Amino acid sequence: MSIVHSEERQIRSSEDVVLVRQLVRSKAIAHGFGLIDQTKLVTAASELARNTLDYGGGGLVLVELLNDGARKGVRLTFSDEGPGIPNIEQAMRDGFTTGGGLGLGLGGAKRLANEFTIASEPGKGTRISITRWR
Amino acid sequence: MARSTVLGEVLTQQEESILLDWIDQQVANAATRSELLSRGELQEQSRHFLTLLRQAVREGGVEAGGAAFEPVRRALEELSLERARQGYSPIETAMFVFSLKQPVFFRLRERFGDSPQALADALWECTILLDRLGLITTEAYQRAREQVIVRQQEEMLELSTPVVTLWEGVLALPLIGTLDSARTQVVMENLLERIVATGASLAVIDITGVPTVDTVTAQHLLKTVAAARLMGADCILSGIRPQIAQTIVHLGVDLGDIITKATLADAFAVALKRMGLGVQRLNAPGAKGGRQGQEQNGRDQEERPWNASRS
Amino acid sequence: MERIPILKMGRYLLVTIQVDMHDRLAMTLQDDLTERIVKERAKAVLIDISALEIVDSFIGRMLANIAAMARVLDAQTVVVGMRPAVAITLVELGLSLTGVRTALNVERGMEMLRQDLAGEGYGRDDEHRAQ
Repeated sequence: MSIVHSEERQIRSSEDVVLVRQLVRSKAIAHGFGLIDQTKLVTAASELARNTLDYGGGGLVLVELLNDGARKGVRLTFSDEGPGIPNIEQAMRDGFTTGGGLGLGLGGAKRLANEFTIASEPGKGTRISITRWR
Repeated sequence: MARSTVLGEVLTQQEESILLDWIDQQVANAATRSELLSRGELQEQSRHFLTLLRQAVREGGVEAGGAAFEPVRRALEELSLERARQGYSPIETAMFVFSLKQPVFFRLRERFGDSPQALADALWECTILLDRLGLITTEAYQRAREQVIVRQQEEMLELSTPVVTLWEGVLALPLIGTLDSARTQVVMENLLERIVATGASLAVIDITGVPTVDTVTAQHLLKTVAAARLMGADCILSGIRPQIAQTIVHLGVDLGDIITKATLADAFAVALKRMGLGVQRLNAPGAKGGRQGQEQNGRDQEERPWNASRS
Repeated sequence: MERIPILKMGRYLLVTIQVDMHDRLAMTLQDDLTERIVKERAKAVLIDISALEIVDSFIGRMLANIAAMARVLDAQTVVVGMRPAVAITLVELGLSLTGVRTALNVERGMEMLRQDLAGEGYGRDDEHRAQ
């Protein structure tokens, strides 16, 4: 598997979240993603970028375009040095479809991606990586 | 490492005679399918492989997964793909490698005839190597078959998700076959795009042709309905056979407020009613009398086949 | 500061979201709409999202909130023009948007609202009085 392109972007404001959406969209298009795959990926990116901003106090996103034999994928890695997530399992389930409450959007992002990894420890920040293959 | 060098030596010094014996072995074995492969081609394939094997063993011992064996692995994969295309079974292809054991073992026995321990070790290493190489052919075969299946699945997906306009504003989606994720995706996309294109407000999803409904299938159906609703179109489920109804209840699947009907016809009737439409009989059969009357009726029917009236 | 324009047509409020909204803009819209519903004594809100390529959980919740608040203020809401890709993604996301009524386009949405208002005794006179 090879990484044919990678790009990093800061997430420091809610305008940055919009820019991240646009960046992910354009990279996905460049890598041959169809509309549905694009939409799912960008929506997941929006969720995670917002989390990075609101709960992580700002951070980074790394966009990587992957080639694995015949299939192509986009991997997004969101990292921050915020407070970390104390109970990841609960966070994955939290208040998403209830409409109210905070809801971290993690579960949703996971559902929209093919691969999902998360590493987070209180006091050590958070790093979330999702990959979507087309 | 002394033993692998021996194998390398044996392969080098006796390459020709091993090759001839090996070819004879293959020819004698029905697995070689002489009707698919000429002797000349067999010789060429075997010679090529043996050369690569000799080089690899001299360089990399018996590490079948190592860098030295890259050309050998590649050659085997190509050969496997080619044979798969020709119609060889995976076992038949693997025999290409396994039939090499006999000639090599024979010569190792000659070499180590009087040292059973050394012989045992040499045979062991050789068999491990050839077993591994034989398995590579099987793996390659699997991969090739999977690619064919994937391609066929994609083609079937394209063909099997039609969306039909039953009436202005009413679509029908007759599903045939199992609903897996990939298929559901295509089905949803088609349906939603047709909803936009036709401005439909109702879609009848008929599952007469869906053999079984398990939790996964049910979820896919529910997702499709949910997506259509988000776009302002409602769905009616039809074609629910008694066994499916039982399964749905048994699984505890909650269809919510989705209307369900046993047949597409019933669902269509519900759809018309929802839109304030009804179907009216125009003439009693034969009412106009005589041939002319009949023909006229016939033409009328052709010109205006749908004569639903608004109520 | 940028805002999403809200149009008034008789007792209807019309919002067309045409930009990729950042969160603050979405919150401002929510607040503005609530204010306008009260100020104009609006009976219906139509939100056109046909230009939105993405609806994530934040926007989804915004829409649900608007519908809920409008209801409390005795107004109906309809969200129209959701794109197929967005609908599919929302379902996958697991966002149910309960309490939010949807229609295919502005025309259908208006029809839906008209019927609601007719049901409440607001005849055709009250609609489309451009101000």
